[in-house]
Amino acid sequence: MASIAETSQAATRRRSRNPVLHFVGRLFREKPLGAVCAVIFVLFLLCGIFADLIAPYGYNQIAPLKRLRPPSLDFPFGTDNLGRDMLSRCIYGAQLSVIIGFCAAGIATVISIVLGIVSGYLGGKFDLVVQRFVDAWMSFPDLIILIVVVSVVGPGMIQIICTLGLLLGIAGSRIIRGAVVSVRENMYVHAAQSTGASTFRVLWRHILPNVMAPVIVLFTTRVGTVILAESGLSFLGLGVPPPAPTWGGLLSGSGRTYMLQGPWLALAPGLCLTVVVYATNMFGDALRDLLDPRMRGSR
Amino acid sequence: MNTPLLSVRNLSTRFRTERGTVRAVDNVSFDVAPGETLAIVGESGSGKSVTALSILRLIPDPPGKIESGEILFDGKDLLKLDDEGIRAIRGDRIAMIFQEPMSSLNPALTVGLQVGEPINLHRKTVWAKALDKAAELLGKVRIPDGRSRLGSYPHQYSGGMRQRVMIAMALACQPRLIIADEPTTALDVTVQAQILALLKELTRETNSAMILITHDLGVVARYADRVAVMYGGRIVETAPARQLYKTPRHPYTRGLMASVPRLDGDTERPLVPIEGQPPDLASLPPGCPFAPRCKDVTERCRIERPPLFESGPSHLSACFYHERLAA
Repeated sequence: MASIAETSQAATRRRSRNPVLHFVGRLFREKPLGAVCAVIFVLFLLCGIFADLIAPYGYNQIAPLKRLRPPSLDFPFGTDNLGRDMLSRCIYGAQLSVIIGFCAAGIATVISIVLGIVSGYLGGKFDLVVQRFVDAWMSFPDLIILIVVVSVVGPGMIQIICTLGLLLGIAGSRIIRGAVVSVRENMYVHAAQSTGASTFRVLWRHILPNVMAPVIVLFTTRVGTVILAESGLSFLGLGVPPPAPTWGGLLSGSGRTYMLQGPWLALAPGLCLTVVVYATNMFGDALRDLLDPRMRGSR
Repeated sequence: MNTPLLSVRNLSTRFRTERGTVRAVDNVSFDVAPGETLAIVGESGSGKSVTALSILRLIPDPPGKIESGEILFDGKDLLKLDDEGIRAIRGDRIAMIFQEPMSSLNPALTVGLQVGEPINLHRKTVWAKALDKAAELLGKVRIPDGRSRLGSYPHQYSGGMRQRVMIAMALACQPRLIIADEPTTALDVTVQAQILALLKELTRETNSAMILITHDLGVVARYADRVAVMYGGRIVETAPARQLYKTPRHPYTRGLMASVPRLDGDTERPLVPIEGQPPDLASLPPGCPFAPRCKDVTERCRIERPPLFESGPSHLSACFYHERLAA
């Protein structure tokens, strides 16, 4: 197994040197909006990862004399009712959003892949049962399930990540399954079976690489969805509890209470949220447009 | 004839469809000796490919099912093996070449990984060595500079080269039997000849037997030792290749031969098509499946199903009037 991993890694390395650069080139040439959004997405990622280095102040650092200051050179996003720097709080909020967004989207994607591939490939009665279950699952409004789960197990980051991951994962499996069903009928899948490959090997080595395009798109768009859902929960007071500075929490806490005295308190996290979610969605769309025709063309 | 490598006995495969049960393969029996090339000939829908897929148990179930019969390979009944057992045979002892080289290779994997896969899978060879072997195999199927082409993707290969890659994959574990399902249908005529010659040469080298499935009688004449003609899911005639050409003993075989041009002999001879349509396998006539299209049909043909008659040394024909046809 180790040797397989090595070779496929070696193969990926060989493959990725030119094609990845080539792909980035195509992204900028053919999808300028997508490229700009990709840059925003990457900046947001870096903000989240290096929050401790970038943020000028701690997210909970209080300056009682500098309360509710409007944006200035010292405090680009202003300060809140306790004199905390909004820029720092937004940057730390980005960190939480990155963690929650990527973990939940990651869990969701893995669930989608496993469920979608197995259900699509095996087909028959198994597929039927799984898909009816997915139908039933999708008929519940997301927010209601979230509120129910959070009110049962209590608010917290892990609960939110798991619930969102499960929720979006089951819904997303439909997309992967669709792709698998069309890939499954290809001759090369039969050819792989005829070489004596086990079902797992066929799924892992022959089907999965061919559905990577929808998987990548699913993941990027999910990141945006999760961040938005988490903000919604935080806004309702069911998200990550304070003092953690989530964007939704910033909006609902000081943002809402002091909106008239300091509109920047609501504007800063709101803008962060809008820009990042917009960027992830547009980036996902651009990826979809670029990846799909290539998959079709190479077949 | 020595003991057969593969012995198919009374194989029946059916598909359940909305219009009823289709018996795609009906009571088919044949043998393949070690090193022998058997051609299975027939028009579209005659059950050739289903026969081939049945041997490796690759029939999708549902809707298909191998109903009855025995497939003895080296004395073992393939139909009685468990999943693990049949997987150990597939690609290792019996390999298959599919008809469409354009779609039979995975577009997302490099050629090297695909050719090396059976070796890695069955011989448990580490990948570095499997890739070495893959490069060697590409050389064998005359793909120049095989080592540097291991990292290429299938879309960077031409159709003929892809079929060579398929052959390399099939030969990877030196199988005792290769099933080639219309290996040249999708290729140019000039490439067809090269591929078949290569296939024949390589099977001779490794002393592998081959089942060559085709609808091209020209291919059969040049490359097969023995021929089985299929019609309506059954074998209607089987004979050594030369003998079949000299003295076909079934009206369908005769019809096939009269319908293709020959470059040797009488080039002025008009081509005679076989009238009518291939039979609907969901509703076969009770008698001979070829009866509705046969020129010499009698009342008996429509009612009674002809069994296979011994019509000469290792020559079988499913026609009541095979002796008359010999004259």
